[in-house]
Amino acid sequence: MPKFNRWWISKPAVFVVCLVPMVWLVWDTFAGNLSANPIEDIRNRTGIWTLRFLMITLSVTPLRRIIGWPSLIRFRRMLGLFAFFYAFVHFITYIWLDQAFAWNEIVKDMISKRPFILSGVASFVLLIPLAITSTKKWIGRLGGKRWQMIHRLIYLSAVVGVLHYYWRVKLDIARPLAYGAVLAVLLGLRLTVAAVYDRRPVGAHRAPLQ
Amino acid sequence: MLIKRASDIASSEITPENLYHNRREFIKTASAVLGIAAAGAIVPACTNSAVSGMTQSKPKGKYDTDEKPTPYEDVTHYNNYYEFGIDKADPAANSGKFKPTPWTVSVEGMVKKPASYSLDDLLKGLTPEERVYRMRCVEAWSMVIPWTGVPLAALIARLEPTPAAKYVEFKTIMRPDEMPGQRPSVFGSGLHWPYTEGLRMDEAMNPLALLVTGVYGKPALAQNGAPIRLVTPWKYGFKGVKSIVKIRFTDKQPLTAWNEAAPQEYGFFANVNPQVDHPRWSQASERRIGEFYKRRTLMFNGYADQVAQMYSGMDLRKSY
Repeated sequence: MPKFNRWWISKPAVFVVCLVPMVWLVWDTFAGNLSANPIEDIRNRTGIWTLRFLMITLSVTPLRRIIGWPSLIRFRRMLGLFAFFYAFVHFITYIWLDQAFAWNEIVKDMISKRPFILSGVASFVLLIPLAITSTKKWIGRLGGKRWQMIHRLIYLSAVVGVLHYYWRVKLDIARPLAYGAVLAVLLGLRLTVAAVYDRRPVGAHRAPLQ
Repeated sequence: MLIKRASDIASSEITPENLYHNRREFIKTASAVLGIAAAGAIVPACTNSAVSGMTQSKPKGKYDTDEKPTPYEDVTHYNNYYEFGIDKADPAANSGKFKPTPWTVSVEGMVKKPASYSLDDLLKGLTPEERVYRMRCVEAWSMVIPWTGVPLAALIARLEPTPAAKYVEFKTIMRPDEMPGQRPSVFGSGLHWPYTEGLRMDEAMNPLALLVTGVYGKPALAQNGAPIRLVTPWKYGFKGVKSIVKIRFTDKQPLTAWNEAAPQEYGFFANVNPQVDHPRWSQASERRIGEFYKRRTLMFNGYADQVAQMYSGMDLRKSY
């Protein structure tokens, strides 16, 4: 597997795999495979894939350490950008297909004590600076430390995203809670690793944690 | 990545014809809105499907809406009936084992003739009527459905509740063997079974309240609440308790399923009201199944003339 990670075809291959949920959704839409409420289906499916890609992105760093595939880092940016891509499609589905650009309705949705819509928008907006500064040039411009600080916003985006899912369901909270549990493990692993590293003497090798 | 849905069945094998037409309408609108000219090319022109001869030939009744009925396939394949599972496709998919016959309904509480009736005996002598009603779900989507049923008022008059009775409570059957959603599960609905609903007596006596046995002129399918269910078109859909086995007259307001589970979100009355939002989403508009743009939700789902007087003097923000 680590060999695959470094092979030239690995990135295009992962790219294609990441596109599958989107292609599959477009196919279902135009083949008439969606339910009687297709907009709801598009909304639900792009939303759930956003969360999945956030989790996949967040699992890169722990996986690199735990199973010892440092080369996985090569895919992290692409996976994160796919999380942003699905979030973007999800957001546009809400603004365009669902609300048909009725801005007064959208604003009302957000401000009139509806954490459900607000959390979704927040989760998406938090990813925008990450997508913009995802290039090598921006890492150089910001400097590694500052860049890393900014990119820790993904933790917040994922937490708020899971809350958004939790507020979306009625009483069937098991699925959102399952996503919350996975996220807790992914974030918890970081805290554990950080604690271990903090006990090491200054100057010991410290790989960046994100 | 796990793919949750079986995609190995060609849609042509499972999707009946009129549903295709409905999809095409959606795709056409979607394509137009999205400006995808190319998509139009893959959607062949089609003639209107015959929805149901019966509903179109029947003269419009006093309580009927003349809006276009939602296709039968959608009425029977897009359902909330958590006893069969929490996803919209679950009730149609998981209700194969459900047996609507024989059926017994027990009538209890403050009533002159408490007894158990076979369904036939319960409804004997009452004249079924077809009513084309709007149905507004609390999730902000809606349908137009031709129901067949008897006015609840006619049945109640025959059962003769005592003057002390102020409410009537209904319960759904408890059959975990046939209703997978009733089995204990982490990924369940979060509701307590059996499903309980109720009406104030004046609401139950309102001529709009219907005990439904048929949909589109056919016996109701399990996913629509066979063999007998309640329909109160001025209230959110969840008031329409399905597969009823118990009717109880009482002087206390029944603890209804959704009200018990989340009282701050679902009230006892659950009247359709565009001015009172669900705490987490707007109720001002709704998506009619099969339509692309949302439409404004009407007060009491458009039945204000028939029902508004029952709630005069009540604060509908508090009694939601």
